[in-house]
Amino acid sequence: MIPVSNAQEKYLKKRRRDCRLIWLFRILIFILFLALWEISTRKGWIDSFIFSSPSQAISTFINMWKENALYLHIGVTLFETLVSFCLVFFIGISIAVLLWSCSHLSQILEPYLVILNSLPKSALAPLLIVWLGTSVKTIIVAGISVAIFGSVINLYTCFKETSPDKIKLIYTLHGSRFQALTKVVLPSSIPQILANMKVNIGLCLVGVIIGEFIGSRQGLGYLIIYGTQTFKLDWVIMAIVVLCVVAMLLYAILNRIEKWYLKKI
Amino acid sequence: MAPLLEFKDISMAYHSIDQETQAISHLTFSVSQGEFVAIVGPSGCGKSTILNLICGLLSPESGQILIEGKNAGESGINIGYMLQKDHLFEWRTIFRNVMLGPEIAGCVTAEKKAYAYQLLDSYGLKEFANARPSQLSGGMRQRAALIRTLVMEPSLLLLDEPFSALDYQTRLNVSDDIGKIIRQESITAILVTHDIAEAISMADRVIILTSRPATVSSIVDIDLTVEPRTPLASRNAPEFKNYFNRIWKELNQP
Repeated sequence: MIPVSNAQEKYLKKRRRDCRLIWLFRILIFILFLALWEISTRKGWIDSFIFSSPSQAISTFINMWKENALYLHIGVTLFETLVSFCLVFFIGISIAVLLWSCSHLSQILEPYLVILNSLPKSALAPLLIVWLGTSVKTIIVAGISVAIFGSVINLYTCFKETSPDKIKLIYTLHGSRFQALTKVVLPSSIPQILANMKVNIGLCLVGVIIGEFIGSRQGLGYLIIYGTQTFKLDWVIMAIVVLCVVAMLLYAILNRIEKWYLKKI
Repeated sequence: MAPLLEFKDISMAYHSIDQETQAISHLTFSVSQGEFVAIVGPSGCGKSTILNLICGLLSPESGQILIEGKNAGESGINIGYMLQKDHLFEWRTIFRNVMLGPEIAGCVTAEKKAYAYQLLDSYGLKEFANARPSQLSGGMRQRAALIRTLVMEPSLLLLDEPFSALDYQTRLNVSDDIGKIIRQESITAILVTHDIAEAISMADRVIILTSRPATVSSIVDIDLTVEPRTPLASRNAPEFKNYFNRIWKELNQP
């Protein structure tokens, strides 16, 4: 083992202290926020009927969990999000590959992609309900619609930026355009594909929640809209917190996969 | 016997919306079997275009390229191409990088693998077979890139300024290495470079091109009295300086 010098020891110590301090403040802010919220509702500074409170949200959570109702709502939202995420992944890559392999097609479709990407997709949701009815299918399509266009543009740009010399190398070895795709373009794009997936999972969740707002009887989005309409704000707050946790977990899983891959190569 | 490669009155232009750029005009030269030819010329004179034409990545607008007396497309000989940078793929090990050619050609056989290992072994990269490219030095990477082309057993090797991305010291060592390897495997080679000294030290014959549109300005046969004729030893040959001055003058002709 290499002996650690005094200065290095000091430096490492300082780094560890900084790290602890940062975590301490993160947690402190969270606790402070919850405490302030709880106290101000108990003291009647703010109306607990409108603002709910941490304790009420927690008890709602426990009650619903016991009734197995929450389980269903989370499951439905998670399922819809994951299905639309997987479909965005496959459709996105397929279309990006198609655009890459046919430059005429990409030139023709470019303005349409830009328009569809900049369109607020929530505007489409009511239309989707009319066209497809209120079913899980509609929600999944809503989830896809939010993420797909950005994903295609992103991946296509990334494919196009592959070093032309690396592609030339494949041609000098008498490879085909398909081999340029499988041996260079796709493998060199994996880091960007992973980064793109991280964005997509969040967007799919947004789309699914929008879909559930409008046309659903299940899911966290439904819980939020139903809770608001019937003034059960405890439900709404709880659903939002659960949504936060779900979003965080999904992101964390993809982040892990990305880190693992980048470390592997 | 027909020369391995013949360029007959080749012309070629690049087109863009703004203009047409004549890259090569009425270029004629030939390369015989086993020869090492260097092509030097002012930068941007269309040297790389010549290699792209030989390799079939581009086709000439007029003229004929003959390989072993047949039209370039029909010859069926293996042409290796070494680019300026090594372009080893970071997501593959060195061995899998070297096997890229066979993989693309669909001929990953046990013999090919054995041959790849043998080449890695002969050129000092055996213990790096399972390493990632980033673990190798610049010179080793370039050697790996050469092995990647040699695995395909090319009869003709095209070198497109393969040392220009290296620092000076590595460059001398690697060109010495690679020059020796090419002589050892007795492969016909065409080296494109703007470095006169490199051209003289490695080649049997130097073709000097004019500035764009490129055409042959003159051809100099290199005959050095050193034994063995390795690229590094060649630089110490008494005739080296004279060749250098002659080519220098030729290149700087108005």
